Amino acid sequence: MSIQISSLTPGVLVETRAARVSTQPAPGRLSLRARKPALPALGAALGLTLPECIGQRAAGDGTEAICLGPDEWTILTSADLVAGLMAASAGVDQPHSLVDISGREVTLRIDGPRAAELLSLGCPRDIDGIAVGEGRRTVFDGATVVLWRDADNSFRMDIWNSFAPHLAQLLDIGARELAAESA
Amino acid sequence: MLLIHCPYCNETLPEAEFTYAGEAHIVRPPDPSALSDDEWEGFLFIRSNVRGPHYERWRHMHGCGRFFNAVRDTVSDRFLTTYPAGQPRPDLASLTAASEPSK
Repeated sequence: MSIQISSLTPGVLVETRAARVSTQPAPGRLSLRARKPALPALGAALGLTLPECIGQRAAGDGTEAICLGPDEWTILTSADLVAGLMAASAGVDQPHSLVDISGREVTLRIDGPRAAELLSLGCPRDIDGIAVGEGRRTVFDGATVVLWRDADNSFRMDIWNSFAPHLAQLLDIGARELAAESA
Repeated sequence: MLLIHCPYCNETLPEAEFTYAGEAHIVRPPDPSALSDDEWEGFLFIRSNVRGPHYERWRHMHGCGRFFNAVRDTVSDRFLTTYPAGQPRPDLASLTAASEPSK
């Protein structure tokens, strides 16, 4: 039995002594595909310096970018800034694609003393290989997710809508089990 | 679980993030309509199925999303090297010599 996707509204999903999982308010999300020569112009249009190394993040005024692949970035911003950024990048005279993907994903925040351990429940990757202030696209129990590490024990996980109920349920069970274990 | 080095991410990561994508260095025919049925069969279906070092494609599906090539020993399941798609085949002699001491 999975959590209903309609119940994934901003708020705390589960809170135990081990970890807390909460649903984040939906930001504006953009997916950018471009080649290296276009980066300086696109960065100037979007108001930040696009990171060139996979996993690196950069922040601008109200925007946040992560490099997911050699030619792929995701940009987070507030929903009302999306149209402005799209218009700004349309003026860049270099081949690129900037697509509004705001409706595609749900973001969960996972924090608490054993948050990293909770993630090892479904993620085969060494979580400590992701430095604080970085992020990676990886797999969590079969679903592709983007994991952002904001602090030692604070993560954000971007999940495609259709996988979100299953992963939210899994994290719920995991957080309860970890808490029961340490009791 | 195998650990695979992604040449784009420059990290060694668990196999679960990757998908296998068949033999590498299969060249698409430049003029497909000029091919005979036998040549089509060779291009589409006939693969080398080697016992030993095998040139193959992998995709970092749950990561950077890129296809890349690898040399894997089909007997020991050990990866000899991985390299970005589009690069020529690495020299097998130097690869097997380099991996010899770690046996």
